[in-house]
Amino acid sequence: MTNRMKTLLGTSVLSLALLTGNAMAEADLRMTWYNDGNESEAMQALLDKFEKQNPDISVTLDVVPYKAILESLPVQLAAGDGPDIARVTDLGGLSKYYLDMTPYLENADYWRENFGPFLKWLDPDGDQISGFMTQLTVTGPYVNKTLFEQAGVAMPGEGATWDDWAKAVNEVAAKLDIPIPMAWDRSGHRVSGPAIAMGAKMFDDDGNPALVDDGLKSMATKLYDWHQDGTMAKELWGSVSGSTYLGANEDFANAQVVMYMSGSWQIPQFADKIGDAFDWWAVPAPCGTAACTGMPGGAALVAMKDSDHPEEVAKLMDFLAQEENLAEFYGKNLFIPGHLGLATGGVDFATDDPRAKHALETFANAVPGISPTAFDLQGYANNRVMFNALISRLGEAIVGELTLDQAFDRMTQDVEKQLAEKERGN
Amino acid sequence: MSPKPSKTASEQLQAIAAWPLQMFFRLLDIPLRGIQKMGGIGSMPYVFLLPNLAFFGMFVIIPLFINFGFSLTGGTNLFLQDRVYVGGEQYSFLFKCENYMVSATCQEDRFWKGIFNTAIFVLFQVTFLVIFSLITAIILNRKIRARGFFRAVFFFPVLLSPVVVALIWKWILLRDGILNAFLVSLGLDKILFFVSPEWAMFWAVFVSIWAHMGFYTLILLAGLQAIPPDLYEAAEMDGTSKERVFWRITLPLLWPNMLVVIVLALIKGVQIFDEVYVLTGGGPGTATQFIVQYIYNTGFTNQVQNFGLASASSVVLGVVLFVLTMLQLAATRRRNNG
Repeated sequence: MTNRMKTLLGTSVLSLALLTGNAMAEADLRMTWYNDGNESEAMQALLDKFEKQNPDISVTLDVVPYKAILESLPVQLAAGDGPDIARVTDLGGLSKYYLDMTPYLENADYWRENFGPFLKWLDPDGDQISGFMTQLTVTGPYVNKTLFEQAGVAMPGEGATWDDWAKAVNEVAAKLDIPIPMAWDRSGHRVSGPAIAMGAKMFDDDGNPALVDDGLKSMATKLYDWHQDGTMAKELWGSVSGSTYLGANEDFANAQVVMYMSGSWQIPQFADKIGDAFDWWAVPAPCGTAACTGMPGGAALVAMKDSDHPEEVAKLMDFLAQEENLAEFYGKNLFIPGHLGLATGGVDFATDDPRAKHALETFANAVPGISPTAFDLQGYANNRVMFNALISRLGEAIVGELTLDQAFDRMTQDVEKQLAEKERGN
Repeated sequence: MSPKPSKTASEQLQAIAAWPLQMFFRLLDIPLRGIQKMGGIGSMPYVFLLPNLAFFGMFVIIPLFINFGFSLTGGTNLFLQDRVYVGGEQYSFLFKCENYMVSATCQEDRFWKGIFNTAIFVLFQVTFLVIFSLITAIILNRKIRARGFFRAVFFFPVLLSPVVVALIWKWILLRDGILNAFLVSLGLDKILFFVSPEWAMFWAVFVSIWAHMGFYTLILLAGLQAIPPDLYEAAEMDGTSKERVFWRITLPLLWPNMLVVIVLALIKGVQIFDEVYVLTGGGPGTATQFIVQYIYNTGFTNQVQNFGLASASSVVLGVVLFVLTMLQLAATRRRNNG
């Protein structure tokens, strides 16, 4: 072998070794994310920081529509082709795909202390640590306070019922010719809080789901009647089918709605879109006969067990979950913290908008008053089965395809059928 | 003897560009000759069909069998081998009805609502699609001014993605859309098109016709242009009325193209999903929820993704499409045989 050949061979072997070594050390992680506003920017800033500290780990943030999180992600995960980390709202429903990060975490106690109650939402039947809440949400209404002032109608105060609010918003809409007095997100989750306020139990004595009872019927009947008398516009709930989600955030931001039942996640969007164009005001959850409650909820960032790099995934999750990083994330995005330390100590929210500050305060103050039933429902792994049955059948009743009684029967049947299907083969 | 003319630069370039292709076909020729030697000339059609058949088998036939396999299983597991065999249970659930004509009496009411909605949609969409395409083709076949421009205009929507088509029309039809703005400018009230079941179905049909008419017009236009002009000249010399010319010459000679249009429109109509899903979301209620959307919802949008029931529904849809196609083919054969 000539010297030239030897040099060529040596260089090739060295290059190959270096390339292979580099490839083995590097972990490419993928995070699937959806945006309510533009919180992916704050997350990307944190990921950049992490990559600087850990040059052997790279993270790609895939921002997808929320619909993809609900519909495509479960299929990807079932096929074993999911991301390493994902932001999800079906917290318990996807729990079988979550990674238990406990063995990889430096300080698992930190996680239990600060995320304790929410870890149960991610793993209803166990005690694994799979992720943390990127935001804690509470459902509740916003009102256009400026319209109330212009109409000279007094806003119902604390303890007011849904009927009081319906009367007041109709008065405002009639005086100012506003097309939609009241709008609710088309979502079973949004209806559940007020239904629980009207006495809905959601579960039987054995803890099995029991969607339809007098409390739920009472709230559903109110919603039905409001759609018939014009308090609510049929074009939101009546214009699509099944469990399709529709929000009235655009209409509210355009001052076409007097009262909008949604939740705390709208704060950054309203602060950005509405600004000081009018006074958008979050008000405490109106009362029913049993309670004055909204629904808790939120989105969580969870690690997936099919990841090829569980150690690196846990390292990244641990980094993101640190108090200073989460404080930055919650603060920038005006999110109610899902970290108990930050919830107690407070977060420095990046806003001077008095409306946003008031809304954050209103929703944060609502947390202690949330009904235990609402927490149980949020923690129930199959809650979306109940939400979807509720919203789709109520929607069909509102447009006249079913009577309310038929809709209630169908809700029960839908829940039973889907849960039976889920039980098969598991 | 004149000297052989030298090749121009352009011819030389063409020869260079064609060289790789020539080489490829020369190389391909070697195994093909070998196969022909072994199997004889009779085997060659099958050899040429094989790549296409393999592709078709991989992406159509095999999935068809897998889908049928899924329809005999239950549970939520994704892989067939992990699922529970339930026999015909999903089918019997779909067909459990007190009265098949009243979807509310059926166990799976939405499946039947989807079937009825699809039947109504297909009836109106196919009928009007064929009529409008025929009228447009006849007009575009005449010597009118800017004929090329109008042909392009009618074909343009075909080039658009169904989602884009639906979004454009959604913006036009919303409460604050262009159409309502126009109605208000005329002093009329706004119409909430997506709240009324009748309006929603009307627009679903209308938008679908608008989007696809250009394609069918093109097929009919090709048919019209293939009719020998001397037939029309002879009819004119005989003083035949225009109506009679249409019924006795144009329509009979155009019939093979019409049949293609009807079959294609029928199959595409039964498969309708994307445009209407974006336009109306299946609403109001379930007024425009068609069978494919039912399958999609059952298999993918519910928290419990019921692949078994969705597969059983798609098998039923497949059977319906197969029967429709067979009926059309039988009609064609009967006509061709006189």
